[in-house]
Amino acid sequence: MFDTALTANDLIFLAKGAGMTILVTIISVAIGTVLGILFGVVRVQLGAALAAPLTFVLDIFRSIPLLIQLVLANAFAGMVLKLQMSGLTVACMVLSLYTAAYCAEIVRGGIDAVPATTRRAARSLGMSWGQDMRYIVMPLATRVALPSWIGLALGVMKDSALVYVVQVTELLKSTQILITRLQEPMFLLLLCGAFYFIISLPLARFGGYLEKRWSND
Amino acid sequence: MFDYTFQWKQAMAKLPQMLDGAVVTMEVAVLSMVIGILLAVVLTLLRLSGSRPLAAIATTWVEIARNTPALFQIYMAHFGVASFGIHFSPFVSLLIGITFNNAGYLAENFRGALKAIPETQTRAGRSLGMSQLQAFRYIILPQMLRIAFLPMTNQMVWAILMTSLGVTVGMNTDLYGVTQDLNALTFRTFELFAIAAVIFYVITKIITLGARLLAARLFRY
Repeated sequence: MFDTALTANDLIFLAKGAGMTILVTIISVAIGTVLGILFGVVRVQLGAALAAPLTFVLDIFRSIPLLIQLVLANAFAGMVLKLQMSGLTVACMVLSLYTAAYCAEIVRGGIDAVPATTRRAARSLGMSWGQDMRYIVMPLATRVALPSWIGLALGVMKDSALVYVVQVTELLKSTQILITRLQEPMFLLLLCGAFYFIISLPLARFGGYLEKRWSND
Repeated sequence: MFDYTFQWKQAMAKLPQMLDGAVVTMEVAVLSMVIGILLAVVLTLLRLSGSRPLAAIATTWVEIARNTPALFQIYMAHFGVASFGIHFSPFVSLLIGITFNNAGYLAENFRGALKAIPETQTRAGRSLGMSQLQAFRYIILPQMLRIAFLPMTNQMVWAILMTSLGVTVGMNTDLYGVTQDLNALTFRTFELFAIAAVIFYVITKIITLGARLLAARLFRY
């Protein structure tokens, strides 16, 4: 029969790792989304030419491996600025900006999907820019953006597996530590994979459902 | 506070080694992409085959690839299969991991692309005497690849970025691995990784621009 050296303590250790994965994801997605909405609106508002510097900076976050972003941020904070920052802080900062870069793109897509004529109609009815944004653009853009945003949030959860590089022990790193001790790679990895899968699949399916439901109206 | 002296010269001296690493990175990415596209086409065919078990295999592949971290998939290809006494070199493990990931994502892209192609086209092909496979090969596949061209470009960029994960299974010949080794020798972490970041940025820009030119050349009518 199936036999493992995994103890209750090890399971608690894994659960702590999973908790860390979720914590990093929630902090990064929350900050990243706020920043992303800000950047997205600013980009649309300024137009392509004026927003070019912002576009360039955000593009960097999407063109460099996350691993390198983390190492660079850690080295910059620790060696250059000589700040005493915990790995968790660095990880959350980098992941937030990483999320913001993708989120800005999603937000821009959502705003662009609102027909210009609809917005002009709103302004002709005497709505201010803020009212137009709040009552016309936001509801319509959300329909376009939300499914992609769910995908992004799940992507960040999966990418948070890389924060081990700044000494944050999240789920995959805890699994690896246990593998080193127990020498049961297959079983432990399956356990770890199942955790990601169980969180990710239902939400991804939900996103797909929303996309389908909201696409043709 | 700001008393750190950058040693760019010392780091720049390692540029040739890092560029060699970039070549390996490209190799892995291109190989994983080519095999990934082929596998994704096979997965799409399995999903279209109408056979329940075959479609289930394809769907399982796609869902696992899309819903677990790429790093987990690479671990699985390296440490996981080691449980069965199969030991791959880091290069092979990395390649298998990224290819598995690519194939899953691309198969999903292909599925989306297929929705845009009217089913009547297959039937038209069939009534012209083509077999199911011929209709797919000559009518559906070319259109599918065209519609999915942009997502494929994105996936290629992802593949490049994912090669940096190879270092976790002991890969030290790709760009990230080389940089890591140089870092262990010189401790110029920031400078070395900044150069690596620039190289990665340039590579991804070349790929997106190249793909745009290719698309303009391939799909002009």
